[in-house]
Amino acid sequence: MTRVGLIRLVVIAALIGALELACRTGLIDHRVVIAPSEMASALMALLASGSINADIERTLGVIAVVIALSIALGFAAGVIIHALPRLREALDPFFATYYAVPVFIFYPVLIAIFGLSPIPIVLIGVATAIVAMIIATLNGLDRVPRVLIKVARVHRLGRLATALTLQLPAAAPYLFTGIKLSVSYGFIAVIAAEFILSPAGLGRDISDAYTDFNNRRMYALILFLLIIATVVNAGLHALDMRFAERRGGART
Amino acid sequence: MSGTEAVTATRRAIDTLALLLVMLAIWEVLHRIAGETALPAPIETLSYLIRTVPTPRFAENAAATAEAFVFALILAYGMGLAIGIWMGAHRLSGAVGEPILVVLYSLPKITLYPVVLLIFGLGISGKVAFGAMHGVLPVALLTMGAIRAIPPVYLRAARTLHLSPWQIIVTVLLPAALPEVFTGLRIGFTVTLLGVLLGEMFASKAGLGAMVMNAMSLAQSQEMVTVAIVLFAFAAIANALLFRIEHRLHRRVRD
Repeated sequence: MTRVGLIRLVVIAALIGALELACRTGLIDHRVVIAPSEMASALMALLASGSINADIERTLGVIAVVIALSIALGFAAGVIIHALPRLREALDPFFATYYAVPVFIFYPVLIAIFGLSPIPIVLIGVATAIVAMIIATLNGLDRVPRVLIKVARVHRLGRLATALTLQLPAAAPYLFTGIKLSVSYGFIAVIAAEFILSPAGLGRDISDAYTDFNNRRMYALILFLLIIATVVNAGLHALDMRFAERRGGART
Repeated sequence: MSGTEAVTATRRAIDTLALLLVMLAIWEVLHRIAGETALPAPIETLSYLIRTVPTPRFAENAAATAEAFVFALILAYGMGLAIGIWMGAHRLSGAVGEPILVVLYSLPKITLYPVVLLIFGLGISGKVAFGAMHGVLPVALLTMGAIRAIPPVYLRAARTLHLSPWQIIVTVLLPAALPEVFTGLRIGFTVTLLGVLLGEMFASKAGLGAMVMNAMSLAQSQEMVTVAIVLFAFAAIANALLFRIEHRLHRRVRD
């Protein structure tokens, strides 16, 4: 491990240790925050009991559907919009302000339309995550060097072959940024929606545990979600690094 | 030259307007499908909006949101700039801290909402804390990046002139990094607003977020859509203004 990595580990361990100490000595009321070791043991017990398996499946399943739909539809929409410059110009102001607007404010409207089911959650999730993918696709296609298109023409490649062998790889880094953003927006939107109103799911569980003053359960669930999100993000980051390395290697 | 530019600008505005009309049409169609209680008709909702926005009830809630938002913004900007300048200027702190900030940034902070409530309670402090928590990270990360990108020769010049650390920050670091820092402030603005509204939706009796939740439980869809439109318009206008300033700053540096 590098020196910087070591220092980082020490800093994180010190922060967790300080929290542990503050909780154990009563400096922080256990009704407010419970000790990190207690969070971990509560999570172990909860996972071993299997009582939250259905909710884990439901929430992670909905998130997966949201992410898959956002990436696929966002990419398709990006390709179409890129081909229609006039539509794109008209849409530009909407894209520029989209993430400035709390889209989930429309979640209650969707519940009113579709009722209490996973559909409004999926819709609000896709509505939140898809635009990042569209913007990333447009960016990526913009950055494809013109010379590549000329090369394709020289080699008499068809539209599809050009797209698959030249345009897609050239746009890949931007597409990956879109994927990363879609993943994190997907998580946020689904959990927010479950918090607001949902018949089941981890977000609903956390909010129930909060209203029941069941701190052990609440912190265990929060810890679980944070671990999942961190693992997923770290995995994507590692993939990104590997792609970047390969691109760097190919160029030299 | 400027004549053709004006023509394209008008054409673009017309296209955007046409798109807005298409959206209104889709809204009307959805209204016909979903029914009056689920999604009110666009015309009626707009007239409800015009009637509701000037009422004291709406003004009070908007003021409550604005108050929380201002405090949250001050906190997010203050802490974000402090962390960003520190981690941008001090190499080791930056190397150690950046991945931690990035992980925190990508976490669904919404999960931590109950914790914020337990610590800060149901009133305005909870909303402010939640908003600031969202806004501080993009401000810190972009400020750090901006300061790191400053050519080292500026700092060497500052050292030759024997400037104090404070003078270096005010006269060298901030002006050189301003355009990038401003990008962070713009993103921080929108994210903080998002955090404050989320806070109001989950646990507050005042504010626009609370108004939406209240309308939802009473099935008053006109009110729900009205608040959503007002927020949409506010965020869009504020973002466009900030965007324009940012654009100008970038151009000034390039010239």
